[in-house]
Amino acid sequence: MSEALPQGPLRRAARRVGIRLLSALPALFGVLVFTFILMRVLPGDPAVFFAAGAAGGQAEIEMVRQQMGLDRPLPEQLLRYLWDVGRGELGLSMTTGQPVRADLLERLPASLELTFSALFLALVLALPLGILAALRPGSPVDHLVRFLCTLGVCVPTFVSGLLLVYVFYYLLAWAPDPTGRLDVFAASPPGITGFLLVDFALVGDWEGWRAAAAQLVLPAATMALFVLAPLARMTRASMLAVLGSEFIRTARSLGLSGRRVVLVYALRNALIPVLTISGIVFSTMLGANVLVEKVFSWPGVASYALDALLASDYAPVQGFVLLMAAIFVAVNLLVDLLYGVADPRASVA
Amino acid sequence: MSEPLLSVENLHVRFATRGGEVHAVRGVSLHLAAGETLGVVGESGSGKSVTAYAITHLLDRAGRIAEGRIRFAGRDITRAGRQELRDLRGAAISMVFQNPRAALNPIRRVGDQIADALRAHRDLGRRAARARALELLEAVRIRDAAARLDAYPHELSGGMCQRVMIAMAIACAPRLLIADEPTTGLDVTTQKTVMELLSALIAERGMAMMLITHDLGLAAQYCRRVAVMEQGRVVEEGPTAALFRAPRHPYTRRLVAASPTRHSTVADLVGEAPAPAAPPPAPRRGEGPLLEVQGLCRSFGRVLAVDGVSFRLAPGESLGLVGESGSGKTTLSRMICRLLDASAGRILFEGEDIGAIPARRFHRAPQRRDIQIVFQDPNDSINPRFTAFQAIAHPLRRLEGLGEGPALRARVEAAAARCGLPLELLDRFPHQLSGGQKARVGIARAIATRPRLLVLDEPTAALDVSVQAVVLKLLDDLRRQDGMAYLFVSHDLNVVRMMCERTIVLRLGRIEEEGPSQAIFAAPRSDYARELLAAIPHFAPDEQEATA
Repeated sequence: MSEALPQGPLRRAARRVGIRLLSALPALFGVLVFTFILMRVLPGDPAVFFAAGAAGGQAEIEMVRQQMGLDRPLPEQLLRYLWDVGRGELGLSMTTGQPVRADLLERLPASLELTFSALFLALVLALPLGILAALRPGSPVDHLVRFLCTLGVCVPTFVSGLLLVYVFYYLLAWAPDPTGRLDVFAASPPGITGFLLVDFALVGDWEGWRAAAAQLVLPAATMALFVLAPLARMTRASMLAVLGSEFIRTARSLGLSGRRVVLVYALRNALIPVLTISGIVFSTMLGANVLVEKVFSWPGVASYALDALLASDYAPVQGFVLLMAAIFVAVNLLVDLLYGVADPRASVA
Repeated sequence: MSEPLLSVENLHVRFATRGGEVHAVRGVSLHLAAGETLGVVGESGSGKSVTAYAITHLLDRAGRIAEGRIRFAGRDITRAGRQELRDLRGAAISMVFQNPRAALNPIRRVGDQIADALRAHRDLGRRAARARALELLEAVRIRDAAARLDAYPHELSGGMCQRVMIAMAIACAPRLLIADEPTTGLDVTTQKTVMELLSALIAERGMAMMLITHDLGLAAQYCRRVAVMEQGRVVEEGPTAALFRAPRHPYTRRLVAASPTRHSTVADLVGEAPAPAAPPPAPRRGEGPLLEVQGLCRSFGRVLAVDGVSFRLAPGESLGLVGESGSGKTTLSRMICRLLDASAGRILFEGEDIGAIPARRFHRAPQRRDIQIVFQDPNDSINPRFTAFQAIAHPLRRLEGLGEGPALRARVEAAAARCGLPLELLDRFPHQLSGGQKARVGIARAIATRPRLLVLDEPTAALDVSVQAVVLKLLDDLRRQDGMAYLFVSHDLNVVRMMCERTIVLRLGRIEEEGPSQAIFAAPRSDYARELLAAIPHFAPDEQEATA
């Protein structure tokens, strides 16, 4: 029995993952076609944009157009693009002159590192705040948490980012020069994963690790402030609901210690909805990154896509949207799987 | 007499609410000796549960002990501190709650929860706690206990969850067990096994029990002494047999009268002299049945909820459907009142196959007027944004096309008056009405279109006994006056016996036994019906022997 049990759920989970991935394909395809068409509908001719640089003659524009395949009919362009995507090629970026895939792969770790750190920071702050607020509803602590959350939501990220830079870099000089992922004079680690913190840790360069972390703190804090509110509010609400439920009363009636009641009985149940919200928050953050990346000159995918969009550079924008959609699918799937682990009732339904 | 194990003196509990302070418990005094069993009975709002929660300091944040003293084993615990309470709860006083599935942590294995209860008071290692948890599960007679240790509450039945809860409650050998409606919501046969388990365990371990219940039969059967509570006060207290045989307080008398027994009639319940006339409307000769059901089946997925049920119902007849949860009685009644489609079989209403009309289109069928429903929960089955008038007028508007005007008003007022609903209440919203008044609105709505068949789905299950008595009397009178036929679904066999001439006992979607109610109750033929009848807590104040 002990052998039969673990295999069943695992196989079922694998099956579920497979089905979910398959069912995501039509959505991804839709996103692909939609972005493709949208880019063509938007005003701006990339051929003009790129040819205008050097000589700018009509002949040259035509040449660029031919080179990019823009002289063909739209359906053919779409088919060609789909064919490329199917082979794993996302096209060439006219702005950087690099394949889009290489560009994205190079920048994605920067964005992910920022988002993960921000989410981590937000959770580390939001969970205790939400729990404290729920344990003493209506108390000064509760009101303080509410105030912080409101502040976090209503200040736009580029304002709070600049404010943080002003205070911690300009006034206090605690933070390093807020540009990029690493000081220009610092040696970057060998690119193993692309995540600087991980790479530095892997080679054991703790000084470099500290430098990278210092660069990361301000942008991550900016992002974290922005998503603090939904996480803390959700934690508070779900914690309040759980604390009022009957099994908490049972636990108290049996003389379990207050800490055990709150941490084991209440919190584990309360975290289930917070998990769902975290997935949504993570996806939102990836997209909303662009302002923070711009303010802190962070070399991430969002600012890359924005630059490409301004230049009417089709391929990078399409690649970026596809990447985001894929990440969205993956995050949702991950949340669902974690949900199944956290809540035994979910796997039955 | 030595000092009692628990003594509550002049207890007052107040709740701070938005509408001001509510004085829920007003001077309750109770005493319980070691090893004794005390039943605390009363209807909703009587303060019986609040008293229990005050003893263990588990009141809501808004509640507080305003006055009085609680002593346990010679110690004053009225103002016990946090640490003192921790040592007390579970180890000296423990509780068993209503709704066992919600009372257990849904995402923790039951073995771990029992181990938590043990380790809260004993210095046990993980493995020792687990071994002890297994012993406890065996003590509460859970089959295949070793496998159940790793189950989650949703994988267990309600009765099994309650056994787990009992295992947790007795884990650290407390001297007092407070059971708050421990079997409400469980089937009668499950109720019987759970109660027998509880009383065997406390007898064997020399524990005292305080049983809080609305069911006089349960208190009569399992408690040596009973205290009757009304509006926050104990109005009468004494040895069970004597108290129920000769109740002194008027409230106790009402309560005893309103509790259905093996021989009571509907008139008995409301304390009226048995009405002379009104024999059950005799089925008119030469007429076909009003309703005929032939081989009705319904499956949900792979589960066959109703499995080939056939019966007939004559005009004006009352037919009871009884059975435990999962017997298919609700599914069957939903199909007959055309809220659910059948998988197979026919439903003939006056010879016409109404089963062929899809449930989602039945509201346009002419028979909708003739088949109406009274639902179980009067709170949830009335639109909270409708006044009582609008609720009763709704079927008249939709099914008879009556527009706003005196005709509609007259019909609504007539229906309300017949259901004993004061006309000045018609402008109120459901939340401004009491449970009994809402039940009347539900019935008035159902009879407004003058139906020929009324399907009643546990119409009194959510009501207190005294309200139930009045509502049953009302339903019985209405039927006799109008010659309506009733399909009466209930898990309460005594109620069905009083209300119905004929009874069908359902089990696992099949008819187990069918016949005149009196005959089934006097001499059940099937084993299952016998088992069901035996499981009803025996409440017979006149012939009460001290069984406890």
